[in-house]
Amino acid sequence: MREQFYFAFRNRKVVGGLSVILGLLVLGLVAPLFADYGPNEYVGPPAAPPSGEFLFGTTTFGQDVFLQFTTGLRSTFLVGVLGGGIAALIGMTIGFVAGYRGGLLDEVLNMLTNVVLVLPALAVLIILHAYLGIKSIPAQALFIGAFSWPWVARAVRAQTLSLRSREFVDLARLSGMGTMRIIRREIAPNMSSYLLLTFILLFGGAVLFAATLDFIGLGPTESVSLGLMMNNAVHWSALHLGLWWWFVPPGLGITAIVGALYVTNVGLDEVFNPRLREM
Amino acid sequence: MSAVSLQVDNLRVYYRTTRGDVKALDGVTFEVADREIMGLAGESGCGKSTLAKSLIRYDGRMRHVSGKALLDGLSLPGGRYTKVSLIPQYAMSAMNPTVKIGRLIADLVRAHGWSYRELLPELVRRLELVGLSADVLNNYPIELSGGMKQRAVMVLSTLLNPSLLIADEVTSALDVTNQRAVAETLVQFRDRGFVTSMIVVTHDISLVYQIADTILVMYAGKLAEKAPAEVLVNAPKHPYTRLLISSLPEVGVRHATRKLTGIPGRPPHLLNPPTGCRFRDRCPLAYDRCAEEPPFTEVEPGHFVACWKAMSEGSPGENQEACAAERSGGTPW
Amino acid sequence: MHRYFGRKTLIYLLTFIVAVTLNWLIPRFMPGDPVLRMLTRTSVSNPEAIAPMREYYERVFGLDVPLWQQYVNYWVQLLKGNMGVSVWLFPTPVTEVITRAVPYTLALLIPAILLSWIAGNKVGALAARRKWLDNTVLPVGYVLTATPYMWLGILLAWSLGIVGGIFPVAGGYSFELRPEWSLAFVGNLFSHWFLPFLSLFLVAFGGWAIGMRNLIIYELEADYANYLETLGAPRSLIRRYAFRNALLPQLTGLALQLGVLVAGALVTEIVFAYPGLGYLILSAIQNQDFFLLQGTFLFVVIGVLLANFVIDVIYVIVDPRVRVGMQGAS
Repeated sequence: MREQFYFAFRNRKVVGGLSVILGLLVLGLVAPLFADYGPNEYVGPPAAPPSGEFLFGTTTFGQDVFLQFTTGLRSTFLVGVLGGGIAALIGMTIGFVAGYRGGLLDEVLNMLTNVVLVLPALAVLIILHAYLGIKSIPAQALFIGAFSWPWVARAVRAQTLSLRSREFVDLARLSGMGTMRIIRREIAPNMSSYLLLTFILLFGGAVLFAATLDFIGLGPTESVSLGLMMNNAVHWSALHLGLWWWFVPPGLGITAIVGALYVTNVGLDEVFNPRLREM
Repeated sequence: MSAVSLQVDNLRVYYRTTRGDVKALDGVTFEVADREIMGLAGESGCGKSTLAKSLIRYDGRMRHVSGKALLDGLSLPGGRYTKVSLIPQYAMSAMNPTVKIGRLIADLVRAHGWSYRELLPELVRRLELVGLSADVLNNYPIELSGGMKQRAVMVLSTLLNPSLLIADEVTSALDVTNQRAVAETLVQFRDRGFVTSMIVVTHDISLVYQIADTILVMYAGKLAEKAPAEVLVNAPKHPYTRLLISSLPEVGVRHATRKLTGIPGRPPHLLNPPTGCRFRDRCPLAYDRCAEEPPFTEVEPGHFVACWKAMSEGSPGENQEACAAERSGGTPW
Repeated sequence: MHRYFGRKTLIYLLTFIVAVTLNWLIPRFMPGDPVLRMLTRTSVSNPEAIAPMREYYERVFGLDVPLWQQYVNYWVQLLKGNMGVSVWLFPTPVTEVITRAVPYTLALLIPAILLSWIAGNKVGALAARRKWLDNTVLPVGYVLTATPYMWLGILLAWSLGIVGGIFPVAGGYSFELRPEWSLAFVGNLFSHWFLPFLSLFLVAFGGWAIGMRNLIIYELEADYANYLETLGAPRSLIRRYAFRNALLPQLTGLALQLGVLVAGALVTEIVFAYPGLGYLILSAIQNQDFFLLQGTFLFVVIGVLLANFVIDVIYVIVDPRVRVGMQGAS
């Protein structure tokens, strides 16, 4: 474990990716604290380009783009962690149970996994959001998580199958440990590095899903998000008016976060797999 | 023995790592004669795989430090497939799963400038010799059983009659019946002249003993002993060989699955190997002289050994007794 | 063979049933009386649509009959091809509105998917071979896959459309033209198609290129590649085999990515006001046209399932392992 930390901090991809993520996270957490007005308030001259006063300029209504951007970062991180976490939780539970228990339960769960896998998740999310009118980010994250777990379940199931027959699992079974306990104590720790990588990918996926939904105008109505900023920018003709500072930052923020997550993932893969490390 | 086929002279090949060079092959000198089948034995990590690789193809991390290997005057590695060929350890997965076997062979021989059509009759003849029908050429590897794949690879590897064939742990993935069949096929290939000479790399002295003319034992990147198979097994001179032989399991149990329980300690790390005899720390016979590196010397015709004790030891008769005692469970030391 | 396709068909059938059921179920989770709620929502946007809507709701929701019968009724209407009447484009049936939009979506999706897949695989394979190319393809690929579809669309529309003035940025064709098979019209159609296509293509391309590059590197470490190398086979032969073998997982990847690609097409259409299914979805949401929304959803699901099936068939044709395995089984 210590060795892995050592290699992680020497891996350029991990360090670079994490710096971008942490940098944006800190920006999102800290910057809004210095504003004495809300992100949707009309505080400046309309459609002002970036300046010392408004770092990222203002919208056609005179809202502070920088404040919207930094507040939107909070939403992005929240939905990523929650959505990715929920998807990971569901996917891992189903994968572990299916792989470990086998039999009919496995068949049923496998079928369920396959069905959700081919179901176009975004289309389902659109219907759900449109009808139920999602109000908060956790609710959005819950729905995103509920439809993006299948590939995790598949991969975890396959790995559990291969771990199930190992000696230490046999030993645990012989000593009378229950299924959930064996999964939690014996199987999951042996896959921890893999699970971390999975969570990172799910995090990125949830961020993209949320941005898409927000962009269509189906996101949480009560908060500011990067996707909603792009929606507003397009809706209020920022393109035609040339207000590039309105639509460039939110997309760039998402790309940076998701890209950094992917790069960190590749780097961590090298850290965990010594065979890749040598190359 | 007849004319020399392979001549290896003071060959040193190191592995580059972040922590320095691993001296996996540290100055080995030996010869393989025409029509000789030489067994190459030793624990894993002793350098036998490195030796095999350095005769065929250096991988990215291997570095040639000194010495040379000549095959009929051709400097190795070189002449892959036409002069030197390999039956790999992973024969089961050696063939591209998505290409028909005939197609694979055709692609390969054409790349070497041969006509597949002209080779086809001979190919079919050899397949039949190992008990495969010509139909396998129309099959994908997945359609063959493990044993069939192994035999197909053996035919494929030797199709162009190489001067030297290296068989790398060819039997380790097989059951006992198939092991015997593969071993016999190797001998047959030599007898029919499909290959001129052969190096059989193995953990398993008991198997190589059945087919090899000579056996070479390696330890920690160096040669320990080379002798005719009969002599090496019945009258070994190097203490390491003796222990290796004495810890031989019953027939059929594979060596790789067992630890050498009879030899306390581990082989030295090859990043910074100790000076002198590398077996010194584990050797029950070690004495002052062993701090100096023992040369690999011919002590009897065709019997080479790198051990001060063995060189100064008495008649072979004594040795035989010692060995017999060992094998019956007693400790000669 | 039968077993394989039987199983796949079962999965697709189940998925379809699940989708229809969700479609039926979700409105029922709306708080309050769904009919009333939808009617009041609708009345704002299109008063004349209320009567047929009420009629449809009564037939479909049939609120007096037991729940299971409501469900059966829903299926019956659906299988008759009746998805209701669009509120937004009253009184056009939903099915008709959708069939008019589908060609646009397909015209975007099919070329974007196929070309990005082919180009991504080629470039990825080249990158695995050349260090300098790898050093460009890898970062560019990661940036592209991390880019939200709509943002790339916005950037392209702004830079090449508005600032550059090279391409139009909205609609399927200029509104002063009438659809006809003339050179001018097809050219106009193409110029409107190009930017949405390009943004879809680019994002997908990045993913395929990275995938192929990693797969090739993995394949080149496989035993068969090692063996061929040992037998002195030329690099070109080994690369050819590795590329062919790496295409198979990429094909599976294509099936898995279909949903994401369709989603990408939907939002890209929204950015460019391109008159496909995505634009319909946006209009449906803005006009509270729930029939249209649900109908579009089912069309998207059916499309994805059909595409999955096509990929399954192709997979069986190109992968001898699956084919041989199936012959052995049946």
